[in-house]
Formats: sequence, structure tokens, C-alpha cells
Amino acid sequence: MARARRILPGFGLSLGFSLTYLSLIVLIPLAACALKAATVSRADWYELLTSPRVQSALKVSFGTALVAALINAILGLLVAWVLVRYAFVGKRLLDALVDFPFALPTAVAGLTFADLFTANDFRTGWLARVWNPFVTAVLNAWNATLAPLGSTAGRLVRPDGWHWHLGPAWQDFFAGYASPTAIVIVLVFTGFPFVVRTLQPVLEELDPELEEAAACLGAGRWCTFRRVIFPMLLPAWLTGMALAFARGVGEYGSVIFVSGNLRYKTEIVPVLIYDELGEFRYAHATALAMILLVISFAILLCINLLSSWTRRFA
Amino acid sequence: MTGTLKTPSANSRGLTPRQAQREPAWVRYLLIGIVLLILTVLIVVPVTNIFVQALGHGWSAYTHAFFAPAPPPAPDHLTRAQALVQRKLAHTYESAAHNREAIATTLFVAVLVVPLNTLFGIAAAWLLTKFPLRFRSVALTLIDLPFSISPVIAGMVFVLLFGLQGWLGAWATNVRIGRPAFDIAAAFPYVQLAWVPATGIIFNWPGIVLATCFVTFPFVARELIPLMEAQGTEEEQAAVTLGANGWQLFRRVTLVNIKWGLLYGIILCNARAMGEFGAVNVVSGNVIGKNGTIPIRIEQLFSAENNLSGAFALATLLAGLALLTLLLKSMLEWRTRQSTRKVQDA
Amino acid sequence: MSIKSMGATLLAALLLFSATSAFAVTLTNVSYDPTRELYQDLSAAFTKYYKDKTGETVQIESSHGGSGKQARAVIDGLKADVVSLALAADIDAIATKAGLLNADWQKKFPDNSSPYTSTIVFLVRKGNPKHVKDWNDLLQEGLKIVTPNPKTSGGARWNYLAAWGYALKTNHNDQDRAMAFVKALYTHAPTLEQGARGATTLFAERKQGDVLLAWENEACQSVADHPEEYEIVVPSVSILAEPPVAIVDKVVDANNTRTQAEAFLTYLYTPDAQEIIGRNFYRPRLPAVAAKFKDQFPPVVLFTIDEVFGGWTKAQKDHFADGGTFDKILQQ
Repeated sequence: MARARRILPGFGLSLGFSLTYLSLIVLIPLAACALKAATVSRADWYELLTSPRVQSALKVSFGTALVAALINAILGLLVAWVLVRYAFVGKRLLDALVDFPFALPTAVAGLTFADLFTANDFRTGWLARVWNPFVTAVLNAWNATLAPLGSTAGRLVRPDGWHWHLGPAWQDFFAGYASPTAIVIVLVFTGFPFVVRTLQPVLEELDPELEEAAACLGAGRWCTFRRVIFPMLLPAWLTGMALAFARGVGEYGSVIFVSGNLRYKTEIVPVLIYDELGEFRYAHATALAMILLVISFAILLCINLLSSWTRRFA
Repeated sequence: MTGTLKTPSANSRGLTPRQAQREPAWVRYLLIGIVLLILTVLIVVPVTNIFVQALGHGWSAYTHAFFAPAPPPAPDHLTRAQALVQRKLAHTYESAAHNREAIATTLFVAVLVVPLNTLFGIAAAWLLTKFPLRFRSVALTLIDLPFSISPVIAGMVFVLLFGLQGWLGAWATNVRIGRPAFDIAAAFPYVQLAWVPATGIIFNWPGIVLATCFVTFPFVARELIPLMEAQGTEEEQAAVTLGANGWQLFRRVTLVNIKWGLLYGIILCNARAMGEFGAVNVVSGNVIGKNGTIPIRIEQLFSAENNLSGAFALATLLAGLALLTLLLKSMLEWRTRQSTRKVQDA
Repeated sequence: MSIKSMGATLLAALLLFSATSAFAVTLTNVSYDPTRELYQDLSAAFTKYYKDKTGETVQIESSHGGSGKQARAVIDGLKADVVSLALAADIDAIATKAGLLNADWQKKFPDNSSPYTSTIVFLVRKGNPKHVKDWNDLLQEGLKIVTPNPKTSGGARWNYLAAWGYALKTNHNDQDRAMAFVKALYTHAPTLEQGARGATTLFAERKQGDVLLAWENEACQSVADHPEEYEIVVPSVSILAEPPVAIVDKVVDANNTRTQAEAFLTYLYTPDAQEIIGRNFYRPRLPAVAAKFKDQFPPVVLFTIDEVFGGWTKAQKDHFADGGTFDKILQQ
């Protein structure tokens, strides 16, 4: 078949402009990054991947993003359900509010959370005044409950020395500032709209007849939710969670305000890349960037696959 | 499309619950209560904290973050207290000048970045929706790229190219690219325009513009592509048969159809361009007083200068922009709903 | 008004304004964190002095931040006519990594190119509630130290070496014991700020921490401003800090500002400038001026970096470079 003549004008112009723009802004810089990363020798790669600082940064980055995505998954499900299913005063306003973390610049988000959790004078840090005693109380309750189980003798002391007693280091771990918990809190904020907005369209399009059928067959509400509604939501829910996770892994602006950037404790991979750039170890920085990019692409691929799975069952 | 955050459609008034879909009342109220609590603690509290902290030290402290009076010329011998006051005034004055410079830089960058990305968005959407293409899915993934890249990496790639130690370093650090700058003055004519000569791409405005373009280029395209795809090519084809040339075609047919989506994309692109932190942090070098945008300045005020009230004052600008963005978005949705309803009723 | 005429008016206004902006030579001074007020005063004084002397208006724009960070910015391409950093190793880095100045820059100006000296002291809350008298008191349980990050701040590196020097002196020059001491010290510092001024503000205005390891000038300034809130504790021994200044040859030659830059740095050694330096709580070099300000500085026994650490090049390599003692300490 002969090549069809294009009816609409502008093919050449739009192609030319798009390609040029993409090349200048995206493709050439990324190619430079890949080329630089290719100059890293195998020994260097090994040293990089086994260095304790890189490993702890990877753990912090992915660990906090995962925990935040899980928390967002649960919160997001609740919020999406309520916003779609129930009618109450101020619902429109709350619905609009859900988009706030998406519209608010990350630096501002980080700033306000850092301020809320560093207790200074009476005007600031009032969330810290609630949070820190709460954490202390929970830790004390935990230690007190497990005290009868003994501290040295008994099955609960493992050969690696793990102990049920949560000491002061755990207070720092769960503090609202300069701790992994602080990072999780801020990532929950920035990733919040993803799950909600992915679930809402699906919830709205749920066929009510399925629920009615379940009720006719004698299922209670919880049973209906568990067996009928939730499986239909599952792909969208996982997509939203994956999106929140991907966003959390790359998040930089809000995290550096609250994390204190403590090496081996709260340093995330983008901060490590920034440091390596600052020390002019460009090759290392690009190698780390490649690691992040590869994992991000893998997540993007999963999201795409999930979306096509959703469409197949829709 | 991956990662599309479409807000709910016209049905957000809530489904009319039929008997089989009703949870017991206590479950409903409990869930509503929990959700209210979640939204309050997670969103309302942090956002109101911005305004509370900014205005909590008084209105004059807030305005001094932007317009501080110049310290009077100091006599030679001052008491300790006077010296302290003099120093504080000078510091506030200098800080306010840096803040205004940050605002001016942010606006300048936005004025450059948003039109460029809009043009790209329109071109890419036109290309991908009006013509059948083989590499369409590749292009769509490429457009989604900045959402999966950490902003630090976005800045890093430009430092690799244009930093002194980068590939094009020798040229890039010596190229002289000045820019116009404006500042608010105390006296007539109240606005000072000047030409600021500067050198280099990194540590200078071209680097910031490039990095911001990288991070924000998908926004307009992502809004337009599904929209134009849904609208199809019939109207444009009809216009071509009626004799329209390219420009007329675009202006009178396509633009009319996509105008609300385009506007929304521009608003999002603008909000993100003004608020971008990570990428700009890397390319601008984060040196105090040099070429910072508002988010950079906020971070400097907070961590390097430990000046919370100034940081929050600037944060109110961006938070206000976010509120405006959300407001415009709601209005656009209402408009779209109205026009859809009109089409349905007709 | 049509768009065309509005545009023409705007263009004319732009040209008019840029034409009327005063033509002045601008020098960029990249400095370290606490010297904001110092260089504000010095720049104003120099502008006046130079105008009286030659009739030319010279403006000096200063940029401040952690010394290491500033040095890296200059290496990365930040155009600085003059650098005034916290330690010689940072300017050496600019010379070797970017080739922007000659390796023998330190010989260009008197006193190893340092127009003033300073040292490290402790700043504590009034009444010294934690009874801090010396370096080893910093290791007490529950005491929080505020100090910047040696990777970005110059003052932080002076702090680190001062602590290390004390540990060497009290442990018969045992390097391992010294490292253990400094390691224990840093466990009391929960967060590390980017620059010395940031650390001071964290301690003084945001009221975090019990002890600030501070530049002497920062401590003296805080006490002078708020004598009812802070007091200085002088440790038994501290380090003599000599923050140097230098002209960035390649930049001044490209900008044609060599004469003005040299005039500025030479001016720093004149009695007027040394007075300003003394007033800002730095220790002036000129003996006459130093004698005048003698009383405002607490007496402290000082050692130099040369005698204990063999100079900045060696100290930077041993302690602050990749894999140095600071990295080892953080690795826990």
C-alpha cells in the first residue's frame, strides 16, 4: 500500500521542534550521564555497592519510601472510600485539599514539617510536644510489658544479641525530626494524593449491582468489601502505591529539611549524589544516579504493566 | 496513562447509596471522623502552620522579609546596644534584598520556562495525536521520564555537561550571558531595571532555566495528549477540506477545543517551575545571595542562616501560589463540567 | 495603546534605566560563614577609602557559606575575584583542582596572607548549667554539642583539630586515643550544620544544644549582644586559626579587576581596617591595634596547626579527605 499522504499539516514542524527540544533538554544530558557512568570500572562499581555509606543510603531511601507508600495505601484507601461513598458537609473542600501536597512545592512542605517537629519556644514545634511524649510512652509501655520475660536468660536473646528492650536509641529513631520516622512522615505527606486520586475514579465506576448481588446472597458489608469490592480495587490500589513509592524514592526537597542528613542514619541517595558531585567525584555520582534510574524504570514498568492489567479486567 | 492524577469526574457529589450499599451508621461516622482527622493532621495543620509562623511574629516582621528599611548611616561611636540594633537592621536589609532577588529570579525563570514548555507540549501533543506513529509509546514513556527521576539527577546531568569539570566546561564557564533584572525601589520610579552581566551556565540563570525545563516539560504535554486524543482528528480534517491552512487550523479549531486543558497544564507547569528545588539546588550551587530561586532561598534561610521567619515569609508566597493553583483547577473543572453538561443536554 | 507602542515604551524604559545605572567596578568576595558583618564593614570602609584615593567607585559583593562549600563552588565555576576562606587548605584546593590561582598564593600578602587570627572557644548558657570547664567535660552524659559539619565548614575543621590537639596533649600524643576522644565527642553532636554562622544561630536563636563549639568572634559577639544569656568558657588549650585571603588570578585577569582586588586585600592590613577587624572580635595582626583590643579576648593557650599536625595539607589529607579520620569516626 502506498504511503498515505498526511492530511493534517504541521508534521514536520512539530516533529522537528519536539525532537530538538527533547534532545537539548533531555536526551543529550542523559546521554552524558550514561557515558560518564560507563567510565566507572568494575572494581569501582563493586567498591561503591559494598561501601557502607551507599548501602545505608539505599536502605534509608527505599525503606522509608516503602513504609510511606504502605501507610499512604491504607490512608488513601480510607480517604478515597469516604470521599466517594459518603456525603457530608465540606466534602468538596476536603476533596480539593487532597491535591494540596501535589501543588505545594517540596521545599515548603519540608520547611513546615521541620518546624512542626523541632520544639523550640512556645510558638513552634507543637507537634513535637505531642509526638515525642507519645513515642516515649509507647516505648515505655513496650519495655514494661515485656519486662517479665527477663533480660538475659531465656529464649528471647538471640545469638546476634538482639534484645526486646528498646533503649534510648529507639527514641531517636522514632523522633519527629532528624530520624527515619521524620522522613516517613514527610513522604506520607508528599505521596498522599497518589493513592487517593488513583482509587477515586475506580471507586466511582464500581458497578453497584455487584454489591447488591452480594447482599442478596447474604454477605455482610465487611464480607462484601473484602471479597467483592477490594479485589476490583486491587490493581488501582497497587498502582497508586507504586506511584507513591516511586515518588518517595526520588524525593529530595522535603526530605533534606527534616532528615538532618545524618550519615548512616538518615542520608538518602539523592543527598549522597549531591555530596559526591560536591567532591567532584562525578563518576561515582553518575553511578549512583544510574542505580536510582534503573530501579525507577523498573517501577515505571511495573506501573505500566499494572495499568494494562487494570484495563484488561475493567 | 501512567501516573495520571485525574481528579474525580462529575460524580463527586457522591453516589446515591442504595440499601445494599449502606454501612451501619456508626461505621460511616467513624470512617468520616477518621478521614477528617487524617486530612486535618496531615494537610491542614502543616499548611496553616506556614501562615501562622510567617505572620506570628507580627505584620511588620513579615513585610520586613521583603522590604526592609535601609539602616541609617551609623555615627562613629555607638554603644553596644546601638551597635546591636544597627547590625540587626543591616542584616534584615540585606536579607530582604536577597529575598527580592530570589523572587525576581524565580519570575524570570518562569517567564522563560513556561512558554517554552507550552510550545513543546502543543507540538508533542499535535505530533502524537494527529498522526499515526510507530514510536508513539516510546515517546509517551520519554515524556513521563521526569516523574521518575529524582530532581537531583536532573540537575546533575547539566553539571556534568556544563560544570567547570564537565564535558563542555571550558566553554560553558566563560560564556557571558547576562539578563535583565528588576528590583523594587523605595523611591520613584519604584521599579529598577538593570542589565546584570554574568558568566557561565552553571551558577547562572541559563543553568536554572535548563534544569527547570527538564523537570517541568511533561506537564502541558500530559494534559493535552489525552484531551486531543479523545477529540480525534475529524474537526481538523473537516477544516482542511474547507481550505484552512495550518495556522488557521490550529487557532480556530484545535485551540478552541483544548483551551481549558491547555490553561490547566500551563498553571501546573508554572507552579512546578516556581517551586522546583532539587534540580535548581544542584545547578545554582546554593551560594547565598547568588542566583537563587525562592525555594533555594527558603532552604538557605532555614538551614544556613537559621532565619525561620524569613523562610516562612517566602513560603507563604509559594503556598499562596499552591492555593491559587488549586482554586483555578477547581474552577476549570467546574467549567468543564458545565460544558459537558451543556453538550449532554443539547 | 497598541501592543507595538507598549513594547516600544518598555524597551525604551529598559534602555534608559540600564543607561542610568551607575557604572561601578564590582568585586566578588567569596568568604566563609561568620564574616558577614566583618566584610560588610570592611567593604563599606574600603569603598570610601578607594574613592577618596583614586576617585573610582568599587563595590564589593560578598558571598558567605561554609568554607569548604564555598571553595567547591569556586572550583565548579563560581566567579570570585577575591577569596577569604577559613583555612589555607580550601584555597589550596582551588589552586590545585581548578588552577585558578598560583600555588604560591600564600606568600603574596604579609603574615601568610592572614590579616587576622582567631581561635575556638566554647559558648554555654549563662550560669554554665552543665559545668563545662574543658574539652573532656563535653563528653558528659546527655550533653548536646552544636558544631558544624567539617565537610562543608571551615570552623568545624578548626573545632575538630582543636579537640584532636587537646586529646593528643592529654594522652601523650597517642593518635588512637585521640581518635577515640573525638569520636566520643561527635556522638554528642546530633546534627551538623552547614556553616559556623548556621551553628551559632541554631544555638543562640533556636536555642538548641548545651554547648556551641564556636569561632572566638562568634562567641564574643553573642556574649556582647546578650550578656545575660551566654557566657564563654575558654578550654585549657585551643588552636590558632589563621583564615587567609587571596586573589583569584584567572578571574581578576579576565575581569580586569586586578588593581582593585590587590588594593582591597592590601587595605585589610592598614590600621583602619585592623580596627574594624578588632571591633568585630577578630584578633588583629598589627601590634599597635592588637594591643588596643587585647582586653576583649579571653586568654587562651594556643597551638598552631604546623606544630601539632604538620600543616594544613597534611591535616586535610589525614583527617578530612575521603577515608580520613572524620570518615572513620562517622562509620561507627
